[in-house]
Amino acid sequence: MDLKRVYIYKGFERFWHWTQATLIIFLAFTGFEVHGLFTIFGFEHAVYFHRVASWMLIVLIIFAIFWHVVTGEWRQYLPTTKKLKEQIRYYAVGMFKGEKHPTHKTEVSKLNPLQRVVYLGFKLVLVPVTVISGILYMFHKTINENDLVVVSDIPLASIAFWHTLGAYLLMAFLVVHVYMTTTGHTPTSNIQAMLTGYEDLDEDDEQPEQAVKKAKEKSPVV
Amino acid sequence: MQKTIILTSIIVLVLLISAKLFQKEEVYNLKLERLKQQYAIKEVSSIDHSKLPELQREFENPQDVTEACIGCHTERHKEIMASSHWNWERVSYVEGRGVSAIGKKNVINNFCIGAQTNEQLCAKCHIGFGMTNDHFDFNNARNVDCMVCHDNSENYHKGSAMAGYPDRTVNLTQVAQHVGTPGKSNCGSCHYFGGGGNNVKHGDLEAALANADRDMDVHMASNGLDMSCVACHTAENHQILGKLYSVSSNDIQRATCEQCHTSTPHFDDLLNRHFAKVSCQACHIPIYAKANPTKMAWKWSEAGKLKNGQPYTEGDHAGHADYMSIKGSFVWEDSVVPEYIWFNGTADHYLLGDTINEIPVQINKLYGNHDDHNSKIIPVKIHRGDQIYDKKYNTLIQPKLFGLEKGDSAFWQDMDWNKAAQAGMNRIGLPYSGEYAFVETEMYWPVNHMVSPKEQTVGCAECHTRENGRLQNLAGFYLPGRDASKPLDLAGFILFFGSLFGVILHGSIRFFSSIKNKEYETKIIDYDTDKHKL
Repeated sequence: MDLKRVYIYKGFERFWHWTQATLIIFLAFTGFEVHGLFTIFGFEHAVYFHRVASWMLIVLIIFAIFWHVVTGEWRQYLPTTKKLKEQIRYYAVGMFKGEKHPTHKTEVSKLNPLQRVVYLGFKLVLVPVTVISGILYMFHKTINENDLVVVSDIPLASIAFWHTLGAYLLMAFLVVHVYMTTTGHTPTSNIQAMLTGYEDLDEDDEQPEQAVKKAKEKSPVV
Repeated sequence: MQKTIILTSIIVLVLLISAKLFQKEEVYNLKLERLKQQYAIKEVSSIDHSKLPELQREFENPQDVTEACIGCHTERHKEIMASSHWNWERVSYVEGRGVSAIGKKNVINNFCIGAQTNEQLCAKCHIGFGMTNDHFDFNNARNVDCMVCHDNSENYHKGSAMAGYPDRTVNLTQVAQHVGTPGKSNCGSCHYFGGGGNNVKHGDLEAALANADRDMDVHMASNGLDMSCVACHTAENHQILGKLYSVSSNDIQRATCEQCHTSTPHFDDLLNRHFAKVSCQACHIPIYAKANPTKMAWKWSEAGKLKNGQPYTEGDHAGHADYMSIKGSFVWEDSVVPEYIWFNGTADHYLLGDTINEIPVQINKLYGNHDDHNSKIIPVKIHRGDQIYDKKYNTLIQPKLFGLEKGDSAFWQDMDWNKAAQAGMNRIGLPYSGEYAFVETEMYWPVNHMVSPKEQTVGCAECHTRENGRLQNLAGFYLPGRDASKPLDLAGFILFFGSLFGVILHGSIRFFSSIKNKEYETKIIDYDTDKHKL
């Protein structure tokens, strides 16, 4: 199979990805400082920065959801069991034997079956748990116009538990995610693709043009 | 193009953060400025009492002055006679006790214990004349002491052990002609010296406030607003706002910070939000007893030691004795960091006759917990000590301490606990078995004064910290920065470092297997060929 240079990650996608990455890492530093694990900015600044960055992330997520819906890119995350086992086997064993990737990355199917499941979990469970608990945290014990305390029925301890759990899972995700980017054609080809948008991909058996056409028919708006 | 977008967004983020980090600009607080303006204007009295014909006379005794006052202020004495300053009690509701009159008449304290049987001395701080024993006539308006609160000449003072009468040297005419709104020294003449000396009881109320700087008290600073006590402790018909839970029980008529500063005094929403659970005092009074030391402990059990058959005084902590034969041993401290408790504005007290059911005996008990909507974290001075109690009846004892001469059964004369206990309990009509011992006691004093400038406010990390924070021992709630779920943290660490270890392991296997599989053999540099190129 030949390699073909494909424009795989759109401008917004890359902007979203890197901004989200920056924000999540920044939120981790400030958040774990608030949690009491270390001191970098000082508690007061850490709280303030965490708050500002969290609003930025929420706005970004809203834009990202809009983009996914409008472009139909959400279909990328539809889970499939097809070749899922092969994919897991590849990472666990095949890779060391120098086998080829069991699935092909294409413009219309950027994610392998394992990525689909993991990213879907990231988007539907991990991020919502962290963000919702974060919003509850943020509004815990605020006072409304009538001087009444808002969100006081849920104990802060449990809100903090879910938020911290989300943070730890995100950090583990980050480690594995960053490592997995090195499993492309070359160790840096995936990262380069996310930076430039272009990646050298294997040509599929199916003609790419046809595949794109097919995808366009499926998605509501392009 | 895309790189530029990414770079720009990162740079903007970094700039935003650093801009905030290095921001030193002060925002002008108009709310505060308005208050400053309001309180900077000192009222000028519309009347000069020295010009009143009724006061151009010699006064034989202080009661005549009171009559002269009532001559014009015809109904004011009724207001006074309905106040706790006069009655030494308030009708209060306490859970478990019901409605009862509670005050200096039936509570005790952790210092000189109680006023009963010692009125001759203690009534120095009663706004009346002639309270020598428990037969004082609370309905006699002539005995109201107007001057102790309203003297503006600074010449009035009550005599020592004179049952509330003024010292014989006081020129009553001069005082009567110079009356006005109470100043610091009027309130301070009693409230600074409770417990037998300056700053003994409160810790945050003492004579140094007369000449305070802003560091000591932002409100009362002589070089600042120089506010008087009654600027905050305002009164309507002599019912003065403010109370202290050494004698009070109910959450009414309190003087609060928010009566001026509102419930949202900060620009920062996060700080304002603390208002729900944290009192203003908790952050804005980082330390108390800033100028002179206050008594933190008092052990009555050590009283009574004699040297050569005589009582003595020993030790010197900034001019204060550490031991007195007649009183026992003391611990003095200055610049004290308060302790913190939950408080909802209601309190119970050990009332004379109560059975002791916990040790240390809680002389007063401040109620509150995190889940109570009315509770806030407040700073307190906790005064610890021990007191005499009846071993058989298991009650605290009100001893007779003060007596004018020996043989009076007063402890301070005869140094005999048994006699003093017998005389005290007899007088208040409670049984005494004849067997006494000493029991540990605790008393809680909310700290409300000596508010520091905002630069000295308690910082976030003084409470929001894992170790040794100010709220280290305050339980029942989750405090960010202090608390964490230990199992979750452990699991999180295992997960994070496990992942890190996992990917390093995976990467290493990949690396070595790729060498084994000779995936890179084509990339092996042919040095001979390269040499030719060079």
